[in-house]
Amino acid sequence: MRPAILLLAGLVAGTTLATQARADSASAVVGHLQPLTDGASIYQHVCQGCHMPDGRGAMGSGARFPALAGNAKLVSADYPAYVILNGFGGMPSFAGLLTDKQVADVVNYVRTHFGNHYTDALKPADVAAQRPAITPEEE
Amino acid sequence: MTNALQPPAATRRQMLTRIGILGGSAALYQAMTSLGHAAGTDFRGAPALTGAKRGTRVLVLGAGLAGMLAAYELRKAGYQVRILEFQNRSGGRNISLRGGDTLTELGGATQKVQFAPGNYINPGPWRIPYHHQGLLHYCREFGVELEPFVELNHNSWLHSSTNFGGKPVRYRDYAADFMGFTAELLSKSIDQHKLDEAVSADERAHVAAAMRGWAGLDADGAYRKGVTSSLRRGFAKPQGGGVDGAPIPSDLFARDEVMRSGLWQWLAFHERLDMQTTMFQPVGGMDQVGKGFTRQVHDLITLNCKVSSIHQDDHGVQVTYNDMANGGAVRQESADYCVCTIPLSVLSQLDIQVSGPLKAAIAAVPYASSVKLGMEFNRRFWEEDDQIYGGISFTDQPISQISYPSHGYFSRGPAVLLGGYMFGPAAYDFAGMTPAERIEHGLAQGSVIHPNYRKEFRGGVAVSWSRMPWTLGCCSMWTEQSRKMHYKTLCAVDNRIVLAGEHASYIGCWQEGAILSSLDAITRLHKRALGAA
Repeated sequence: MRPAILLLAGLVAGTTLATQARADSASAVVGHLQPLTDGASIYQHVCQGCHMPDGRGAMGSGARFPALAGNAKLVSADYPAYVILNGFGGMPSFAGLLTDKQVADVVNYVRTHFGNHYTDALKPADVAAQRPAITPEEE
Repeated sequence: MTNALQPPAATRRQMLTRIGILGGSAALYQAMTSLGHAAGTDFRGAPALTGAKRGTRVLVLGAGLAGMLAAYELRKAGYQVRILEFQNRSGGRNISLRGGDTLTELGGATQKVQFAPGNYINPGPWRIPYHHQGLLHYCREFGVELEPFVELNHNSWLHSSTNFGGKPVRYRDYAADFMGFTAELLSKSIDQHKLDEAVSADERAHVAAAMRGWAGLDADGAYRKGVTSSLRRGFAKPQGGGVDGAPIPSDLFARDEVMRSGLWQWLAFHERLDMQTTMFQPVGGMDQVGKGFTRQVHDLITLNCKVSSIHQDDHGVQVTYNDMANGGAVRQESADYCVCTIPLSVLSQLDIQVSGPLKAAIAAVPYASSVKLGMEFNRRFWEEDDQIYGGISFTDQPISQISYPSHGYFSRGPAVLLGGYMFGPAAYDFAGMTPAERIEHGLAQGSVIHPNYRKEFRGGVAVSWSRMPWTLGCCSMWTEQSRKMHYKTLCAVDNRIVLAGEHASYIGCWQEGAILSSLDAITRLHKRALGAA
């Protein structure tokens, strides 16, 4: 694991740090972020851009953002945690952005909202065990 | 080109001089390029493919720059080409929005752009580095007029929420002080003999002289308030004419705050190869590039085709799609070969018959999220009140930056600026807002830089690339691991199918990546087609 992940993790605390710039990107710096203190705020500020505020996802050009509402794959908390940490298809990994607690918070949030009623909560320690080593490319 | 070991300079110069005399400047340029000077991207000229077998059909999926270029060059080579495009327009991510345009995003929000006639925003690509020679070559070939894009403006603002009282400072003032104080520290280190062991006496003298000249230090190596520093950072009372023309030098910022603020990061930003001057933009909007490409291949394009499957066997390729212009009727198109430029975020969810490793590669590349705010104001207050002509102001607020139009200077009437450009976490956040909320945040944050923002605001459009139905994201994001594992597979011809687009390049997120990827893909496909029985 390289510093890039740790740098990004530091951003959540609101510091201003250099990260890799996307090629034609806004900047080499990511500024202050919204506080991501609980599952609801993480979902709002990170997830709903694609999965939509109602958790129903969306259908595009023969492709989609999957719904979290009524999604049978959420039966195991490890599955959404794995996808958040590793990404899936077009969805990026959020391992660099979210702490173990934040991953657990948002997994627990989506599994108890949008019509989901799972009662087994994911713990930060469960997330820690799954963390991948991902190194963003320098651009 | 990095050369750790310098070849004998005189020899090289002598050789270039000789070529220049004998062969003229074109030969000199070619020679310099082959020796590693003057090179741009890896563009080596149009491919000049010839000799396609009569009647060989190529189906291109996607009418973005990669797809249209593939069609253009393959038709020239003698292929029968057809392009299927999902949208009701060609150009792909090469797009400009103007008054009257309508944008509907995933989730259903629809924005009607209400800019004044002639105004536009480029929600996708917006600037072209001088060394993107592939794209520039085709702009020239297709008659796309270019003008300078102002990237670096010394009179723009840099803003840190937690330094300088939370107020923006001029790029010029900050840059002068950052250079001045940095040079002074180095100069002091030399004077105080801190570098005696590491650096020879001769070199210490050279460095000390360089610091004085480069950063505007006084003769004693100090950076201080005075005429010298003010001739860089500007005067408190500017230089004038006549009796009271004498200027008054300006105060310096506090050194510790200059260093602590981190605003030097914006100085470094402009030093990146991608961001160096000269930059260009098409006259009249970035979509003039897409229109130029479209002029070449418009007769080959069928719009409103939603591809659902891409199959192949030893005889050809069969693509199934819904004809959205005719009630979604299911249609099939066959060809001998296929150039597929569909973004991987979409392609990874389609039924595509390729090898297991290529399927894995298609599914291994996530897409970045990006949001741009196009905001129209009653007048060019940034020019009229602030003397900012083009360029970019940066902030550590989520909007990240405000970029002023690089055209139409001094004109009266409404003008559009880029009121925010987010990647990464801020883009996720803005994507999750309604368009009106995005604009409201843009106004609130922009007001910190320009207090009269709200007063002059007319209207805006907020484009989230995650919400675009045809890309589900902005552009490809490779990691070191995925590049190592999947990149070559992603680019390889898979029997009769080859992928192209910015995602199949090392210039991801830039149009040049789409151009170079497309040229490489069709060159290899052509070779494959000629070799086939």
